Amino acid sequence: MLQTLWNSRVNCIAVILFAVGFATLLLHRNLFKKILGLNIMDTASCLLLTSMGYIEGRTAPIIVDGVTDVTRYGNPLPAGLVLTGIVVSVSVTAVMLALTVKLYERYHTLDLDEIYMIARQEAGKEAPQ
Amino acid sequence: MKKSDLRAWLRSWDAGEFDFTAALSAGRSAPEAPAENKDHPWKLEPINRLEQGEIKSFRKIYPFFAVVLCCIMIGFLLLTVAKLPTYGSPDSPAHNEVMERYVEKGMEETGAVNVVAGVILDYRAFDTLGESHVLYTAATAVFILLLSLKGSGEPEQEKKIMQSDPLLKSTARIIVPLVIVYGIYVIFNGHLGPGGGFSGGAVIGGGLILYAIAFGFEPLDRFLNLKIYRMVVLCALCFYSFAKCYSFFCGANHLETIFSPGTPGMIFSAGLILPLNVAVGIVVACTMYGFYSIFQRGRI
Amino acid sequence: MDVIELMLLGLLLVCGIATCLSRNLLVSLVIFMAYSVIMSIVWVLLQAPDLAITEAAVGAGVSSVLLFLTLKKIRDIRKKVQNEEK
Repeated sequence: MLQTLWNSRVNCIAVILFAVGFATLLLHRNLFKKILGLNIMDTASCLLLTSMGYIEGRTAPIIVDGVTDVTRYGNPLPAGLVLTGIVVSVSVTAVMLALTVKLYERYHTLDLDEIYMIARQEAGKEAPQ
Repeated sequence: MKKSDLRAWLRSWDAGEFDFTAALSAGRSAPEAPAENKDHPWKLEPINRLEQGEIKSFRKIYPFFAVVLCCIMIGFLLLTVAKLPTYGSPDSPAHNEVMERYVEKGMEETGAVNVVAGVILDYRAFDTLGESHVLYTAATAVFILLLSLKGSGEPEQEKKIMQSDPLLKSTARIIVPLVIVYGIYVIFNGHLGPGGGFSGGAVIGGGLILYAIAFGFEPLDRFLNLKIYRMVVLCALCFYSFAKCYSFFCGANHLETIFSPGTPGMIFSAGLILPLNVAVGIVVACTMYGFYSIFQRGRI
Repeated sequence: MDVIELMLLGLLLVCGIATCLSRNLLVSLVIFMAYSVIMSIVWVLLQAPDLAITEAAVGAGVSSVLLFLTLKKIRDIRKKVQNEEK
């Protein structure tokens, strides 16, 4: 079992990084840190996908000298998928950051619990029971 | 800069930071909501006692549960990794006939030497179209959120940008043209080597951002304002959609297209891939610069 | 090659954990940039140069700039509020 894990160490690192990102997401109440954690999770899953496309001893899928022998090149599919994923992750990050700035403007804190408390109090004030 | 100065400067970047290491050891109490103040409507009276007690005990046990949960997750995922096909082995099920087909016929059918470019811009061009639209939608959402931001777009702030470091200015004068030329190279060589519309566009966007940091927005405003941005991005996305509609229609009905794969390895080859790369690159470059501009001063 | 790969993977892990643990937002952001750069080099080793270029330009460049700008914006807003209170 340990030998298997050692042989696929890139996957192990990707998995651990995913959990580290998840821990950041859970442990920090700061919105900015949560965004960083989400980005780490993003890149970790991309790393796992990319490592699936790697084949020992083969080069990147860029055809050299017109040789189209399949045993010479790695898998182009995961790279194509991850390329999409990276750009989508940037878009998501930008939207999250814009929302964070807006939240800070409104509540003057980045702490999610405080924001939640203040929002709940405001809701209670507006609609008394 | 002295060490204490550096610390204070670093602290000034912090915003409502919570360190869970201290909370782990001391079970730090919840920060109290600030006292009521009529001038500042966001400041409300302290939260009532029951709620505070709840939060306190919750916060004490929460980090432990979170860490334990993550450890369990790592364990399960590692077990899964042990069951996955070995890293780097050629007979993993991911390397099936689809990959064979793409590598063996890819160059012949699409004309692209870089098989990845052939896959994302020819075989699976719908993915990339959706991706560009995701980027455009995100840019639109950011614009909606931040365009009316208070305290931005003030002349004072823009002046401050203009008085940037002389070292930065002279470095940027040398580096920015190189960065932009490299970005153009990456875009135009997307079908011949690593690169393509997204990376090249991001590089060009980074060059524009560096220029804006060093010399301010004024020189860039002349050729990139909101109107031009909208027109350029709209044209690029429409061109992409129509070109791909045409090629899919022709391909499905076995018609001859005017775009031929050409000679693989030439710069003007690979049919639609080069123009599509350029279109995607324009969208990405403009969007990246737009993100920067909108975050920095609240308008583009 | 193996040594370089191991070193990079170790650094990747260290950077990821340091991003999580560092208390200062600016520090954790700079460590996150380093993490992105290391990730792009790992992708070169994994024979995916397309991804490496994209990650280096997008992850380490543009998205870090956006994160920096958010911090700057938040600092500006806070300074403004503090001035108003005075």
